[in-house]
Amino acid sequence: MIHTAGPYLLASLLVALGLYGILARRNAVLMLVGAELVLAGGGLLLVTAGAVGRDPSWSGQVLTLFVITIAAAEVVIALAVIVAAYRRRGHIDLAQDAG
Amino acid sequence: MTGLDLAFAATGLVTAAAAALAVTTRQVVHSALWLVVALLGLAGCYLVLGAELVALVQLLVYVGAVVVLIIVALMLTRAPIGPRAEHSTGPAHRVLAACVGAGTGGLVAAVLLPTATRAQVRPAGSEELARQIFSTWVWPFELLSLLLLAALVGAFAVSGLTTSDASGEGTR
Repeated sequence: MIHTAGPYLLASLLVALGLYGILARRNAVLMLVGAELVLAGGGLLLVTAGAVGRDPSWSGQVLTLFVITIAAAEVVIALAVIVAAYRRRGHIDLAQDAG
Repeated sequence: MTGLDLAFAATGLVTAAAAALAVTTRQVVHSALWLVVALLGLAGCYLVLGAELVALVQLLVYVGAVVVLIIVALMLTRAPIGPRAEHSTGPAHRVLAACVGAGTGGLVAAVLLPTATRAQVRPAGSEELARQIFSTWVWPFELLSLLLLAALVGAFAVSGLTTSDASGEGTR
């Protein structure tokens, strides 16, 4: 037996911290760390829903696997764009104007 | 409080503390390393919730691949070593960001917490899960491999775009 308030609280905390990281960071790579935390919160919610429900197709866990894979693809593209921007602009400071 | 509640509280506290440090630390490399701790804690949470396969995939894909990619990107963009204040925005902007984050997190919690109940955790069934992935979910699963291929080609295309531009600028 588990009380689902714990997972729900942790998921909302991860979303809040991730959003703070996205908004408060100037380094583009560190902004991506915040995006990962938001995705982690979403994954935790899916796993919790799968753990307390009795879905015959196991959609909670399967969709979390899909989210993890999509996050990996997203990180690959985002880092390629960031490295390309660094080569072109010489910095990845999000608060500076494009030179 | 049952044993599972205590185990989840322990892993959840580690996850939350590491996530808070990852978004607030002043050293870029430490941020990536705290992200590793947060994702390891999250894998522990998945184990407590009975999702063994998801926990292992989380370890392999996130800690093994995504964090390594982030650290390589930090190296390629010549991230400075040592504490620097310039990785975060100014105090006013940070307070605003904290308000938006707390508001959104509070909204999510306000929607979810009234539905929280005490429930039996579904026992792990990796065999049944594997059978479902390769029967019910087989087409999304195959599409996912296509997505990964597209991401690979896209990353090559993006990096090729800049190198050809840079060489063009060099000859100009």
